[in-house]
Amino acid sequence: MRTAAFASRNTKEILRDPLTLFFGVGFPLVLMVLLSAINAGIPQHAAMTMFHIEKLAPGISVFGLSFLALFSSMLIAKDRSTSFMLRLFTSPMKPSDFILGYVLPILPMALAQSAICYLFALFYGMPFGVPLLAAVAVNLPIAIFFIALGLLCGSVLNEKAVGGICGALVTNVSAWFSNIWFDTAMVGGVFQKVADVLPFSHAVNAARAAAAGDYAAIFPDLWWVIAYAAAMLAAAVAVFSVRLKRN
Amino acid sequence: MRAEAIKAIGLTKRYKDKTAVNHLDLTVYQGELYGLLGVNGAGKSTTIKMLSCLTKPTEGDAVVMGNSVTANPGEVKKILNVSPQETAVAPKLSVRENLIFIAEVYGFGRAQARQKADEMIDAFGMQEVAKQRAGTLSGGWQRRLSIAMALISEPQVLFLDEPTLGLDVLARRELWKTIRQLKGKVTIILTTHYLEEAEALSDRIGIMAKGRLRAEGTAAALMQPLGVDNFEEAFILLSGEGTE
Repeated sequence: MRTAAFASRNTKEILRDPLTLFFGVGFPLVLMVLLSAINAGIPQHAAMTMFHIEKLAPGISVFGLSFLALFSSMLIAKDRSTSFMLRLFTSPMKPSDFILGYVLPILPMALAQSAICYLFALFYGMPFGVPLLAAVAVNLPIAIFFIALGLLCGSVLNEKAVGGICGALVTNVSAWFSNIWFDTAMVGGVFQKVADVLPFSHAVNAARAAAAGDYAAIFPDLWWVIAYAAAMLAAAVAVFSVRLKRN
Repeated sequence: MRAEAIKAIGLTKRYKDKTAVNHLDLTVYQGELYGLLGVNGAGKSTTIKMLSCLTKPTEGDAVVMGNSVTANPGEVKKILNVSPQETAVAPKLSVRENLIFIAEVYGFGRAQARQKADEMIDAFGMQEVAKQRAGTLSGGWQRRLSIAMALISEPQVLFLDEPTLGLDVLARRELWKTIRQLKGKVTIILTTHYLEEAEALSDRIGIMAKGRLRAEGTAAALMQPLGVDNFEEAFILLSGEGTE
């Protein structure tokens, strides 16, 4: 009940902030338009498939989810800076009520964002079919990872710092090591090793496999993401518990 | 003999090199409005934080309506509520939504929470702003909402931290009226820098300095032995260095 009440409050806070909705839905679509235009200008003999819509749409849908880290971190950091949080800290709410209350309202937004991204991709020739539903479903644990990462950052950093960390660092790192904009294997060496350890390229590989209907190829990569998501959630709850006690 | 609502024994909070509250013994009776005064850094806020389970005492303990803040903070949290000093409302929620939210957090079901919210809106005369977003309210309305949010859980103990800070004289008097109506029904600890407010509202006043309770009693009882005829004089004498 407490979790549901807090989740409902956070849903209203998010939906009543139009800037959040723009970045959540609008920005990935703008990227798709731009990169599809670039792709149209690449000669076929160059054999450059990175920006083909079948690869681009899953990549951008995952990249769009990286903004959830910014939303969730801002939401929690903003709350922490006010007496409203102090009021809630004196209430019977538990750390898990707080964390779930932040995660649950952002999940439908993540699914809607992914669905809109794939619907938009249909206009650029993305094949329509069941694999697209699978691709949206695969984005769920990826979304949980990014939300939890944001909550972890928002639990330890102030409002200004999370803007820099989650707004710039996380989105950039997730872009570099993701296989969306370039193949990390082309860079090779340590860069590729780091990319293989981090969850970002695995997330994009799983989304691409799902969108292509290659279901057998989803899970080796998605396990990485699920493991990271679980670890981030546990860390967020643990850090928030400490914050609650130390306030 | 009156029943005790809060009993603190040897309550102490130490930070690295500073003792914020030093072996505080304090008793507040049920239904009493207790004014906790002191200059900045006297230890009032830390005391309130310990009593409301926001921070753990380094030493000592306090019992709130029979529950220890160290051994059973979960139970203490169910029976108290706080109206913090700064705006403590969700700015994008309406007045009614804020009230429903807090009622649900304290365990009321959806239907009951709505009913309680309507009752608080009536009791605090907030009908005209009920649908307005809290962030757009004036300071006076926000304070009133903040106190209504603290009361909607039907707390047995209520902490009011600077409830009228920054309000104009009319809004302040309105809020005083509301607070007076609570006397006898809820045990209230009031912290304020407005001495006339403490004098006007409190049944008893405790004055803290350097983490200790320096004096306690009614405003008249505090003034009388000092031979002063206004409370401000008494406060200055009791909270200053000269009483060490």
